[in-house]
Amino acid sequence: MRVHFTKQGKVRFISHRDVARAFERSFRIEQLPLSFTLGFSPRPKVSFGLALSVGHESDAEYLDVELAEDIPIEPLVSSLSEALPEGLDVVSVVALADRAPALQEAVTAVEWTIELVPESDAPLTSEAVPAGTPDEKTDGVTQRIDALMSAPTLVLERVRKGRTGTEDIRPALRRMTVLGPTETGTLIGVELATRPTSVRPAELVAALGHEFREGRVRRTRQWIERGGERLDPLTADPRIALEARAS
Amino acid sequence: MTSLWPRIEPLLAGVEKPARYIGMERGSRVPVHRPGSVSWLLVYPDTYEIGLPNQGLQILYEILNERDDAVAERSYAPWLDLAAALRQHAVPLFSVDTHRAAGDFDIVAFNLSAELVYTNLLECLDLAGIPIRGDQRGDEDPVVVAGGHSTFNPEPMADFVDAFVIGDGEEPVGEMTECIGSWRRSGRPGGRTGMLRALAAVPGVYVPSMYDVEFDGPALRSVTPRFADVPAVVDKRTVADLADWPYPKEQLVPLIEVVHDRLNVELFRGCTRGCRFCQAGMITRPVRERPAEQVRAMVANGLARTGYDEVALTSLSSADFSGIDGLVSGLVNDQIGCGNVGVSLPSLRVDAFTVGIASEIQKVRRTGLTFAPEGGSWRLRQVINKLITEEDLYAAVEGAYSQGWRRVKLYFLVGLPTEMDEDTLGIAELARNVVKIGKQYTKQASATVSVGGFVPKAHTPFQWFGQNGTQELHRKINLLRDDLRKTAAQVRWHDPKATFAEGIASRGDRRIGAVIERVWRAGGTFQEWSEHFQLGRWLDAMAAEGLDPDWFVTRHRTEDEILPWDHIAAGLHRDFLWQDWQSSLQAHGLPDCRWTPCYDCGVCTDYALEHVVASSVPPAGGSQGTGQDLTLGGAVPVSLGPTRVEIS
Repeated sequence: MRVHFTKQGKVRFISHRDVARAFERSFRIEQLPLSFTLGFSPRPKVSFGLALSVGHESDAEYLDVELAEDIPIEPLVSSLSEALPEGLDVVSVVALADRAPALQEAVTAVEWTIELVPESDAPLTSEAVPAGTPDEKTDGVTQRIDALMSAPTLVLERVRKGRTGTEDIRPALRRMTVLGPTETGTLIGVELATRPTSVRPAELVAALGHEFREGRVRRTRQWIERGGERLDPLTADPRIALEARAS
Repeated sequence: MTSLWPRIEPLLAGVEKPARYIGMERGSRVPVHRPGSVSWLLVYPDTYEIGLPNQGLQILYEILNERDDAVAERSYAPWLDLAAALRQHAVPLFSVDTHRAAGDFDIVAFNLSAELVYTNLLECLDLAGIPIRGDQRGDEDPVVVAGGHSTFNPEPMADFVDAFVIGDGEEPVGEMTECIGSWRRSGRPGGRTGMLRALAAVPGVYVPSMYDVEFDGPALRSVTPRFADVPAVVDKRTVADLADWPYPKEQLVPLIEVVHDRLNVELFRGCTRGCRFCQAGMITRPVRERPAEQVRAMVANGLARTGYDEVALTSLSSADFSGIDGLVSGLVNDQIGCGNVGVSLPSLRVDAFTVGIASEIQKVRRTGLTFAPEGGSWRLRQVINKLITEEDLYAAVEGAYSQGWRRVKLYFLVGLPTEMDEDTLGIAELARNVVKIGKQYTKQASATVSVGGFVPKAHTPFQWFGQNGTQELHRKINLLRDDLRKTAAQVRWHDPKATFAEGIASRGDRRIGAVIERVWRAGGTFQEWSEHFQLGRWLDAMAAEGLDPDWFVTRHRTEDEILPWDHIAAGLHRDFLWQDWQSSLQAHGLPDCRWTPCYDCGVCTDYALEHVVASSVPPAGGSQGTGQDLTLGGAVPVSLGPTRVEIS
């Protein structure tokens, strides 16, 4: 089955690996009939989608878990949410086709909202509202975004397998818009492709200029694009019900 | 009384592992602080990953929160990055449960399970905005409490801690809550001093400010209560029957990886094997087993609640539990939860029986198995009363390799009393033979030899022994390394410099408080983390206080000397300990009193306690007290030798 869940609040400070462990424990608390890998140290067959950095929130996280027998899965939305730490909540579950492509491979685009905070020595607190009208604050960001989006290339230095190389991330930038001011900065909406190379929000913030740093970051959607269609991961590869197939 | 979270949250973006500070573990509480309740902040003065699994802290957290008149929250030492950020932004130390300021609690209680965390206690108090020295605190400041094994010599921390709890904490925390509650309800008679004096009357509670300490030159002359109602000797507290205390009932499940990240169920408390170097075994007597049925229930409930797939059955020597084999095979065969539950037994005895149990529980993943012979020769093992014969060890190791394990880890101490180079080289001999046995079964056979420097501890027969200095420990470690060069045995060792600092703090008196304060002021926190430890800070602090490190560390004590912890009682008669020390020097072993007649160490007789052991016969394969000839020994002329006066 495929599980759609959210990660928000304090729990955003745990890592991708910690989320995986929390889910495995919740499966055991709810005594799900898990399928295990064969071999030396059996592990439950669970596969996670794209990693989410420590500190980032998400409305759209997914994982696939293989069950050894058919059980009613609808009740798991509330029972798993109950067994998970506060802030990790299951939104929905669907039965998944047997040979559905793995999430990490299938997802081709991701949408984010990213808060850009003017860099200063002052800590980010709700009292520390920067000077300037909302329009003045967002104007600078709009200019930066326009500059990035109109550039033909955006070459970053990246470390891959211990080697520093350069990579053009411009093809991954699909859309960037200013959504409006926040208490502490400016919120932008971004859509990034994951192929041929993916871009982390932190890299994007750095590319926008050193006068900004990353505030709240939230993944809002993930997309599977296939055969000209744009699909939600939850509904991309449904298991066809047996009775439907029979008729 | 508001949550500090809005001020903490922005700081977390810039620190390593921010989830250390968010709480929210399954099993954690969000207690409501009512006006009448006594609030406790339970602090483990090390990182979250090391502190969270501590069972003592979790037990007290539950017991206090179950009471109507108390609330308890938790805190851990912030790592250096957050400590700096808290200071920079003037945010105080906080609880992880409701992010409440540490200074808002009535009691701030520390778990002191090792001496090298002492400077972290000062760091936590300072971050909390609480004056670090007890005599600087006012009526509005929390009471600073400490418990844990290290408090059996409380004197080095006496300047900083208002009240120590000696021994099992389950009962005294309730009594202290009642004591403070009733002092408050009766109009706070005598102010802060009045409250501390009332606490001093709670059995097991030691309030150092109620005692005058006098010195005669470098030597301690007396520790005298200042008032008639303050006890001259503070006796430890002991929970008579673990069956009455099935805690933790709701073990905390951390969101990030921590040490011992699994369900832990305590099999028994106390140990009477009588290893003379082992403070834990001496101060936790007598043996109190948990009923096997209760263990099974705690395992089943714990696994179902937490979702863990591993349970550790903990104690000081888990294979000694009555009917351990039946218990273990029962747990392995019970299909709990989703199945595939692992059972682990830390602190295993060295013999073939033990390996049999280990093979029962580790059906897969047979990578490494650990044994602790501690001493390199039979003579030395008689001196320390760890009565494992070479045959026991080789049988255990043969069992391990033949049943699929490829790596064996062996723990040893160096710097033990009467130790000579042939004893040290005996470690190498054992390691070579272990590898040789392994090679008969697998080409990949290897052994890891872990060597720690011995630190004599209070309330043990070795409390009179002069610790080896750093040069001597280095020499012995190098002797061993040279002898094991180019073999399949790998040597790992603990830094002798850290061992020396531990020696200062372990048997120090009240004068060591000023040393600890200087080390902390010089930036010496997280001293058990090798990258943050510098012996220089400790030696500079000793010099600045005009104290001779060797007087505290490497000097042999005499029978008539007043020891800094003589006014704290673990129940062990001083003449028993002295006699056992003399037997040790004769290389005479002592049987395990669970299965042989009582030799009156003092604990059961003085405290009207009994062993709680389900089986009156020793476990199969246990060598000690099962026909072992314990009158042997003295094959080597024994002398302590001169005190080594050297430091590096």
